[in-house]
Amino acid sequence: MEHYLSLLFKAVFVENLALAFFLGMCTFLAVSKRIETALGLGVAVIVVQTITVPVNSLIHQYLLQEGALAWAGLPELDLSFLGLITYIGVIAAMVQILEMSLDRYFPALYQALGIFLPLITVNCAILGGSLFMVERGYNLPESTVYGFGSGLGWALALVLLAGIREKLKYSDVPDGLQGLGITFITTGLMAMAFMSFSGIQL
Amino acid sequence: MEKTPGRLVLEPIVDNNPITLQILGICSALAVTTKLAPAITMSIALTAVIVSASVLISLIRQHMPSSIRIIIQMTIIASLVIIVDEVLKAFAYELSKQLSVFVGLIITNCIVLGRAEAFASKNPPWPTFLDALGHGIGYSVILISVAAIRELLGSGSLLGAQVLPLVKEGGWYEPNGLMLLAPGAFFIIGLMIWAIRTWKPAQVEKPEYRINIVHRTEGS
Repeated sequence: MEHYLSLLFKAVFVENLALAFFLGMCTFLAVSKRIETALGLGVAVIVVQTITVPVNSLIHQYLLQEGALAWAGLPELDLSFLGLITYIGVIAAMVQILEMSLDRYFPALYQALGIFLPLITVNCAILGGSLFMVERGYNLPESTVYGFGSGLGWALALVLLAGIREKLKYSDVPDGLQGLGITFITTGLMAMAFMSFSGIQL
Repeated sequence: MEKTPGRLVLEPIVDNNPITLQILGICSALAVTTKLAPAITMSIALTAVIVSASVLISLIRQHMPSSIRIIIQMTIIASLVIIVDEVLKAFAYELSKQLSVFVGLIITNCIVLGRAEAFASKNPPWPTFLDALGHGIGYSVILISVAAIRELLGSGSLLGAQVLPLVKEGGWYEPNGLMLLAPGAFFIIGLMIWAIRTWKPAQVEKPEYRINIVHRTEGS
């Protein structure tokens, strides 16, 4: 249990996908203008990440890893080079399924997420989560925790930045820094704040 | 799309840079720039992928049903990235370890899909090639300059060769460790955007809200 808690904590704070690994930056900067939209996207990312990382973990363990196809009588087959294309396919399919089921059962949420859902397919935080899972060799429960934690960390950073930016628009920023420039500097300061979590072990 | 070939290549380099103006492909621009060598590798890899993906997509643009075009484009890009990844692993194993997951993340690099969708699927191969090349170079210019600044200030070296003698080796330069950490990258890109926009004021964004000096309150 402690192992999983520590993994969760690490995924949310210490190795925050947005602030420590710069993943999903494009969406991160584009969608952080208002808290409501940021919350919507954050929730969508948490859901998609919690589903896709464990699914990709299963696929990696039982289909692609070297020797994973032993159950099919092909013990020396190594399909790991197909990893990238498989993961992105799984993510695209998952997003599509999620979109259809939300549309059918939770139309209000579907309306609220709007354009963000399809955009999640090309959010590097999602693919990055799966690739980190493979690189670090997480098993199924670990990858579920990691998927949830990394999604939560990303969403947290997004909502925090949106909060700052809502206030920031009332401040007098130099012309050249207006918009994108000052957002980068703010994110840098946030990344510095998050660095103070490093070294904390549960 | 009445642009001369020269404009197609040159425009994305400064006037319409993918990173500093279009906010595309930032993830890798920040993550692989602690040292110059991985940044150069990454630039070459991305330029190769964007040029070949755009040309391929442009060649088959008339045969693609528009309802499934995104998935076709993703498949083409992913296959090319796999090739680049395998080539790197075969010939530059150390560098591919340093780049870690970021080569794979070229798939979701918005510049590649963005150009495929916005330009390649509507234009013939030759202008597409130029446009993709321009965007590849525009991305590389930013990536390499950020990496040069970070490596020079963070560890006093360029491409691994010592340029500024460090204090701990008897020199005079105290390395700025912040440059090697995540926040340093954000600051440098922020300042870079500031510099570019001071030089090209047309790129300055309009503030969403102006402070009104008149003595009355107004809703935003």
